[in-house]
Amino acid sequence: MAQAQLLPRDLELPLDLRLPRVGSVDAVALEARAGELAKRSIKKGSKLAALDLAIRMMDLTTLEGADTPGKVSALCAKAMHPDPADPTIPSVAAVCVYPNLVAVAKSRLAGSGVRVASVATAFPSGQSPIDVKLADVREAVALGADEIDMVIDRGAFLSGRYAKLIDEIVRVKEACGSAHLKVILETGELGTYDNVRRASLLAIAAGANFIKTSTGKVTPAATLPVTLCMLEVIRDVHDETGRMIGMKPAGGIRTAKQAIQYLCVLNETLGTAWMTPELFRFGASSLLNDVLMQIRKQRTGSYQSGDYFTID
Amino acid sequence: MSRIAVRKTYKLYIGGKFPRSESGRTYEAEGQNVARASRKDARDAVQAARGAFPKWAGATPYNRGQVLYRLAEMMETRAADLSRSCSGRREVERAIDRVVWYAGWADKLPQVLGGSNPVAGPYFNFTAPEPTGVVAVLAPELPPLEGLVSRIAPVIVSGNTAVVVTSETRPLAALELAEAIATSDLPDGVVNLLTGYRSELGPILAAHMDVNAIDVTGAGGETTELEILAADNVKRVIRAGSEQSPWEISAFLESKTVWHPVGV
Repeated sequence: MAQAQLLPRDLELPLDLRLPRVGSVDAVALEARAGELAKRSIKKGSKLAALDLAIRMMDLTTLEGADTPGKVSALCAKAMHPDPADPTIPSVAAVCVYPNLVAVAKSRLAGSGVRVASVATAFPSGQSPIDVKLADVREAVALGADEIDMVIDRGAFLSGRYAKLIDEIVRVKEACGSAHLKVILETGELGTYDNVRRASLLAIAAGANFIKTSTGKVTPAATLPVTLCMLEVIRDVHDETGRMIGMKPAGGIRTAKQAIQYLCVLNETLGTAWMTPELFRFGASSLLNDVLMQIRKQRTGSYQSGDYFTID
Repeated sequence: MSRIAVRKTYKLYIGGKFPRSESGRTYEAEGQNVARASRKDARDAVQAARGAFPKWAGATPYNRGQVLYRLAEMMETRAADLSRSCSGRREVERAIDRVVWYAGWADKLPQVLGGSNPVAGPYFNFTAPEPTGVVAVLAPELPPLEGLVSRIAPVIVSGNTAVVVTSETRPLAALELAEAIATSDLPDGVVNLLTGYRSELGPILAAHMDVNAIDVTGAGGETTELEILAADNVKRVIRAGSEQSPWEISAFLESKTVWHPVGV
């Protein structure tokens, strides 16, 4: 298994703020706690509130080679009015697309309050020269992206070139300007929870607004334990420095039940201050329909069918 | 040395597996503790049936017929056990014969129920029968085995998948049949068997938006409530006759009609 090296002793983190020590993660306890929190039963009014929040926290995503302006337009319509028959359903937080489709999404979402997120920095592998990555980011921002989802260079991380990693994130952050920066760690390729914790800290030290689990192109993508691990980093950073970093699990979250489990873990780890789209997002494509079906199930009392919800 | 026989725990049959009720409940029937299926078991069963539908509907009719013959074979080898769970050997034989009879219809439905239609225009117009989807079946109370088989066979032979609420007072025949189904080549999820209270499970299945038809044969005379619930997604509500007939199959079919230009 790929194993990152220890942090070199003389490594200087670019922030003057003191960060929590990297330490190591108790994998067994972490998985046990995530498993325990996943068993919480959320019912009735609380469930409806959680589902409503899950929609408001969603980054509705399409990242396919086959994406067309038409498909993105349809996705934007769904992002603004997830259930056209029910005006009480809120809009999602953002639409997440490739840079080429940012302009389409931007024009479709104008005035709706739904933000446009774009992946950048040679997504999904991140294996391109830094100048290419920076150009990618600048281009996406120029086209109107409000948020940038960058990928870290896992090759650099796993071979212990942390300085390169940090330097890239810092420069991407500069290139973002006022756009929010989410840093994708691709935890499925990092191998261990220790690595996830270390990469999270490096990303936060370099200026990430959000840390994000996965691109969605690698299995395993987001899991509950890995999300808990990253939330604990965010908690430690907040305790140490007061900075509030956002979290975005992405990939593999397909059911309302899973979404509620993530919200439970979030609430138990970081508390209600983080229960907002400003600090927590779901990266998902098929989750929205299941949440809509669950909401209608709660309201009507009968189980729903995918036949009556839009295909995206 | 004497040994203690392993006693059977009567469970549900969902998606090819034998789970206990999610609720942990049981009720007593025929002197046995039998799983009492809950709302969530019904949901899981519909999910399993929906998942199994595309592959089963997409199998060739010949293949579906062969699989039903195979089910008849498995029932034959379990005839002794099945006899003990119903009125006896004669009922088992009638049930097996019924499966074979419906199996034979698998590849004959399009000839009888479909066809080419005369139209006043340069079109070749033809109609083909297609399965409806997920069918909920409230099986008759009696006879426990023959009644059940007579309702399942015409539903699945055309490619539908079934969620069946078994006889409430005599559920053991269905659970014995589940053993035969599990060892036949019926794909997991094509037949799902729920034991429990019909008054509890019927309305849930009737209201379920992902169920396309409901067979209320076993619901007794009063089905108004079920029919109202079924109206939400315009489910077919079917009340069966007692005889075997191709019309029992066609009740769960939809007709697809295609207009194809000729001479172009």
